Amino acid sequence: MSGALSLDDKLRAFVGQASGPPTKGRHPVNEPMITHWVEAMGDHNPVYVDAEAAEAAGFKGIIAPPTMLQAWIMRGLRASLVSDAARDAGAATADAPSDQVMALLEEAGFTSVVATNCDQHYERPLVLGDLLEVSSVIDSISGEKQTGLGIGHFITNRLEYRDQRGELVATMRFRILKFKPGTGTAAPAAVAATEDPAPRPLRPRPAITQDNSFFFEGARQHKLLIQRCSNCGTLRHPPRPSCAVCRSFAWDTLEASGKGTIFSFVVNHYPQVPAFDYPLVVALVELQEGTRLVANVSGIIRETAAIGMAVEAGFEDFDDELSLPVFHPADETRTD
Amino acid sequence: MSKAIVEHAFRPTTRSLDEVTVGEALPELVVPLTRTLIVSTALASRDYQDVHHDAELAVQRGSKDIFMNILSTNGLVGRYVTDWAGPGAVLTDVNIRLGAPNYPDDTMTLTGSVTSKDEGADADGKGAVEVTLRGANGLGDHVTGTVRLLLPAGGAR
Repeated sequence: MSGALSLDDKLRAFVGQASGPPTKGRHPVNEPMITHWVEAMGDHNPVYVDAEAAEAAGFKGIIAPPTMLQAWIMRGLRASLVSDAARDAGAATADAPSDQVMALLEEAGFTSVVATNCDQHYERPLVLGDLLEVSSVIDSISGEKQTGLGIGHFITNRLEYRDQRGELVATMRFRILKFKPGTGTAAPAAVAATEDPAPRPLRPRPAITQDNSFFFEGARQHKLLIQRCSNCGTLRHPPRPSCAVCRSFAWDTLEASGKGTIFSFVVNHYPQVPAFDYPLVVALVELQEGTRLVANVSGIIRETAAIGMAVEAGFEDFDDELSLPVFHPADETRTD
Repeated sequence: MSKAIVEHAFRPTTRSLDEVTVGEALPELVVPLTRTLIVSTALASRDYQDVHHDAELAVQRGSKDIFMNILSTNGLVGRYVTDWAGPGAVLTDVNIRLGAPNYPDDTMTLTGSVTSKDEGADADGKGAVEVTLRGANGLGDHVTGTVRLLLPAGGAR
């Protein structure tokens, strides 16, 4: 093993990799498992057990409790016992990336684990007969953090649940803290694992020139400005010294309506830069006035972003110095 | 502690968007954390990890007792919101942050309030509502989080 790489470097190499192979549910969504669940939870919602009530409530038939999502993929008792026995015997576990991450952390003394966050998003209710398959990606691994429970690393996995037709039915982000027992700052178990409130790094600064400073100045005043040739009136973006049509160096600006459409876009997942939120939608927006600019789009995720989608500019103040236009779908009402 | 089944008034008709006010509180739900609840919910979610049903092994692994698994926390959080919203509510997001474990012989009290709602309905006649909630036990907050759900625009079904 090379001594040149730090633990953080080794961990970082796993970000963006599949946590392991996809897993298929053992059984389709079924009434007996739902019944066990609702009786244990004390849940009296009839849509989980009574087809007529479910239809009366607007569903096509019995639906599964949405929060039961993970249960449809659980491997069951026998497989749990086999892997527990292997663990207790000290056997090397499989070499899936998530196992390797755990092994690296355990070697370094981060032997305890606790789940800290679980975010589930449901695309549709699950109905009887749905057979799920889940795939998981290592979404992020934090640097070393001091938490109430101990010094540790947060590991976030992003899971996608698909049905028997391959359609996305739910997504989940699941975050755990792998920590060194006995290194906490709080009374054991009494306080939630809290992330180090380290200030977020600032967004990278734009390279400001004499030509483009008006654009960023305008953005700070929440105005989307387009450079305009004051000789022939042609609009241009990105800013440059002279007009491509009449060669004039004289220019002024026009305040754009902020309305436009997505001409093209990418959704960036990895690598992740701490100053940004992911998935990060980066779009080339064609403004109503005719020029195009590259900007972030908020309020949409990759499932809904589309070429031709109508968008509208808002402004985000990232810090005291930097404000930028950020587009959002035109049908969303926003207060900024 | 009694083994009383957790009963909570389930709303038989679907709450409509018009009936929801931002800031309104949901009725509180007190969940007695019996061993039966912790074990039966773990098994109903097919989670057979010994820390959720075998007290002796849980202690060996450094816990003070068995404790509730996350899937069950999710289940109770979902139930808390649909008890209030009624059968036609469609959950779209359940985001939770976990804190103090749910050990047996304690109670968890779920409280929550409406933190936002859509003014208009979408093409399907539904609008989104966000509920922010917490479940506190004797040690502190077991869970804090938000649930988003869709409700019909007007006129309860």
